[in-house]
Amino acid sequence: MSAPSAAFRPAAAMLSLSIREVSQALRDGRVSATELCRKCIDQIQRTHYLNAFITITGETAMEQAQRADNRIRTGKPLGPLDGIPFSVKDNFCTENIKTTCASKMLKGYVPPFSATVVQKLLDQGAVLVGKTNLDEFAMGAGSTDGVFGPIRNPWSYTTLYREQSTEDPDSDWAISGGSSGGSAAAVAALSSFLALGSDTGGSTRNPGSLCGVVALKPTYGLLSRHGLIPLVNSMDVPGIMTRSVHDAATVLRILQGRDERDSTTVQAPSTPPSLPEHFDIRDICVGIPKEYHAPGLSTDTLAQWSRVAAMFEQAGARVQEVSLPHTQHSIVCYHVLCCCEVASNMARFDGLEYGHRSTIDSSTDAMYATTRHEGFNNVVRRRILSGNYFLLKSNYERYFVKAQQMRRLITEDLKNVFRSGIDVLLTPTTLSDAARYTDFIQEDNRTRSAQEDVFTQPVNMAGLPAVTVPTALSRRGLPISLQLIGQTLQDWKLLTVAHWMEQQVNFPMIHLHGDSDERKLDRLVRERTHTIGS
Amino acid sequence: IYLFIAWALLSSLPQMVGVVGLEVHAQIQSTSKLFSGSHVRFLAPPNSLVSHFDASLPGTLPVLNRRCVEAAVLTGLALNCTINRKSLFDRKHYFYADMPAGYQITQQRVPIAVNGMLVYSHFEGRRRNQVVTKSVKIKQIQLEQDSGKSLHDDEQSQTLIDLNRAGVGLMELVMEPEMCCGEEAAAAVRELQLILQALGTCQANMAEGQLRVDANVSVHRPGEPLGVRTEVKNINSVRHLAKAIDYEIQRQMEVLQSAGKVLNETRAFDSKSGNTIPMRDKEGLQDYRFMPEPNLPPLFVYKSEASVPAGVDPAQVVVIDRLSAQLPELPSVKRTRLVETYGILQEHSFTLVNEDGLMDYFENVVQTTKAEPRKVIGWVIKELMGNLNSQNLKVSQSPISPCALAELINLAESGHISSSTAKQVFQEMWKAPEKTVGQIVKEQDLWMINDKEELQKICRRIVDSHPEEVQIIRRGNKKVLNKLMGEVQRETKGRTDPVQVRAILEKMVS
Repeated sequence: MSAPSAAFRPAAAMLSLSIREVSQALRDGRVSATELCRKCIDQIQRTHYLNAFITITGETAMEQAQRADNRIRTGKPLGPLDGIPFSVKDNFCTENIKTTCASKMLKGYVPPFSATVVQKLLDQGAVLVGKTNLDEFAMGAGSTDGVFGPIRNPWSYTTLYREQSTEDPDSDWAISGGSSGGSAAAVAALSSFLALGSDTGGSTRNPGSLCGVVALKPTYGLLSRHGLIPLVNSMDVPGIMTRSVHDAATVLRILQGRDERDSTTVQAPSTPPSLPEHFDIRDICVGIPKEYHAPGLSTDTLAQWSRVAAMFEQAGARVQEVSLPHTQHSIVCYHVLCCCEVASNMARFDGLEYGHRSTIDSSTDAMYATTRHEGFNNVVRRRILSGNYFLLKSNYERYFVKAQQMRRLITEDLKNVFRSGIDVLLTPTTLSDAARYTDFIQEDNRTRSAQEDVFTQPVNMAGLPAVTVPTALSRRGLPISLQLIGQTLQDWKLLTVAHWMEQQVNFPMIHLHGDSDERKLDRLVRERTHTIGS
Repeated sequence: IYLFIAWALLSSLPQMVGVVGLEVHAQIQSTSKLFSGSHVRFLAPPNSLVSHFDASLPGTLPVLNRRCVEAAVLTGLALNCTINRKSLFDRKHYFYADMPAGYQITQQRVPIAVNGMLVYSHFEGRRRNQVVTKSVKIKQIQLEQDSGKSLHDDEQSQTLIDLNRAGVGLMELVMEPEMCCGEEAAAAVRELQLILQALGTCQANMAEGQLRVDANVSVHRPGEPLGVRTEVKNINSVRHLAKAIDYEIQRQMEVLQSAGKVLNETRAFDSKSGNTIPMRDKEGLQDYRFMPEPNLPPLFVYKSEASVPAGVDPAQVVVIDRLSAQLPELPSVKRTRLVETYGILQEHSFTLVNEDGLMDYFENVVQTTKAEPRKVIGWVIKELMGNLNSQNLKVSQSPISPCALAELINLAESGHISSSTAKQVFQEMWKAPEKTVGQIVKEQDLWMINDKEELQKICRRIVDSHPEEVQIIRRGNKKVLNKLMGEVQRETKGRTDPVQVRAILEKMVS
């Protein structure tokens, strides 16, 4: 390969910086916010084949960047995020910008307000470059089930992966994970420094893990859900995706805190301006839950888990096996609770106030039925149907109440572990590295969600914070990540440990396949997509 | 013979009686809705009071309005309820065009108030002046959202939706089936209206839909289990409530007496015919799929400021003691006080409290006149209410102020005008509110004739012009004296004191 590697070109060099670094570059005048914004939008276009974005907000982004430049030039930046390009999963409402949830139901829907977390970023001067692709209404673990098509894992377009592949880049590629696959791909492919995802059963951590970025699921209630189109209200949290733990901490500090528009938010504990530089890992007790040695755990992942556990131990941390006996029941309970809330939350999509409306209008009921049939995909419809079944008066005790009781037991398990002196739990995030798309779609969404969420989902049941950090590449050249789980509202401590771990593991920077090939590839993919789509 | 036995059996059984329970939806009087900041106003332009949340835009979340909680707690306290320190919200699912979220947020599992009691009175006896006091248990008061309104245009076969009312706070009050007829139910609802209005928690106007009453009606023979009940809806006044219930009880009795079956159904009251008719009803089949509302934490109310936990601003939470201290004088207390303070009849105390502003009017007059309250009550109930009712006016619209009425009563009391003249002057004041009492009396020359000589002259004239009557009186028929007195009254346009005139006439004819 004679083409220069992307990372060595100046544009990519700038784009691959962390928020901390690029923020400094902006202040030093080494780059302007408008240049940075332009580079990101170019990068989005260059990696168009990933299908990570649903909407690119180029015009408004450039205006925002211009304003950031004015502030920075006059020495009055709003904060560490002023002028930093970011993207947002398309299930967060953005004022005057389409918000689709990757569903026909909301195709073309333009919300009149922005989600609190989006607004907070905008208020800090961050520059919104686009809305990212996902599974329809965030229901999925692969980002393969949205109306705009599947998202491709940027790591399957690196030299390492392509050189191992004997197949066409358009047929052999890995999934991004989901449901926030677009946000993870955007951060991984260097088209955003930061992206927002949402995490209900692992939807931020799963794609974060498979795309090799840092993905934080904060404590439930620490970040406002106002403007996040819900999946499961009692488990949803906005997730933060960055390329470093330090950046995630910076963003968390800005987004956290009580929001009067979301009654489930809590006051944030006071946090210092940045993570401690010096931190003694010997004070930390790391728990290894034995139940997480789940069937199907890949040898690569298991090796990483052991390797990092050993790192902690060697550095003087206490590492200890713990038990979470009810974890095995978590997925099935999650399924019941998720379907129930989905059935309820989706009831508002009736075609009357907004969104898709069927042309069948022989009666109000007929219009509802056809609107919902046309608007939702199979996955959503199936969950609605199951949820309504579980909520029937005659079933409520047997399903919903039982699942809630189990939820309490799972929460108790985790509390007990932390009460016994454990500071963080170290687990795999996913069973293995990212599956090939063609393999992944052999099983249906329900099966995949059950398999993929197994390590991430119990945390949502208990509302705890968790972060996934990439540790190494698999033999296939795809990221493997590990998850750290912390105690309620101890997000800062969790990130402190994650930061230490990140420094030890030395995860490599992405090197997208050669520039010329990349263009060829992009064209190829675009043509192919066009043929399929027409 | 068989017929006779059947008749004997029937007549030995106790009579069938009606059993009535009520479900009342009271719209909370507040500036904004239960879970959003939209304003609450009757008759605003369609869809002008709709927030993002009210239109169920995805991503919006409910934020509980403290004022609505306070209204429910105040109402609960006034109805002797136990206030639940912790209550919960639930979602009740059904598809309806004016329920945009596809569910209503209500309090199915743990409502804000339970186990209350409403004491009410109604009148019995031939003259309907015998006060009977009864009570009905309040099972619970729950907070919930109101729906929007659908308007069906049958001609163009379209439905128009107004979401102004969607999300307005409601208190649903459930009264146990302890009433037996329309009149009792009407009296209970009337008393409830007065209580809510006194509290300021609901305007309680049924015609404007601020108070909606559904009646659960069944019939049975005392001692037997309750019969199958129907739910009667579409009732928009207290009068119609009584009518609808009585019709329904009668209908059910007739159905059972002709060996039919009462169906568990929803029926609508038709105010034109006075009948109840079955509604097209899917509710029997409806499964509401209740679920806890995940976006609202449990609602806590605290006994006292001291019981508010640390870290919570007492000004931001609902404190029962604080609300208890704010409870106004309730209607039953007002009535007792009126009877005791002024010595008026109990039935009059009902009228004073029932009419908005009438009690204040009465007390105002009493304070500014030397007349006995028992005299004032006659003026207020007969003259004032008579005139107001005939012109369909409210007390606040009376052209005669309490001051002016007091002045009039004072003139009559002091003998400056006769009592019959006073009534005449009252009507003149009604027509010309800009004039003072004095002006009217002077202009129409209505001052009492107190001059002895003048009275003597007038009486002499009457006696002289009625020799026959004088003869009859002198023969011992004293009753005829009244006729002469009437003549004097006519001659003087009632400006004489009957006692004085009688004395003079008696002297003249003796």
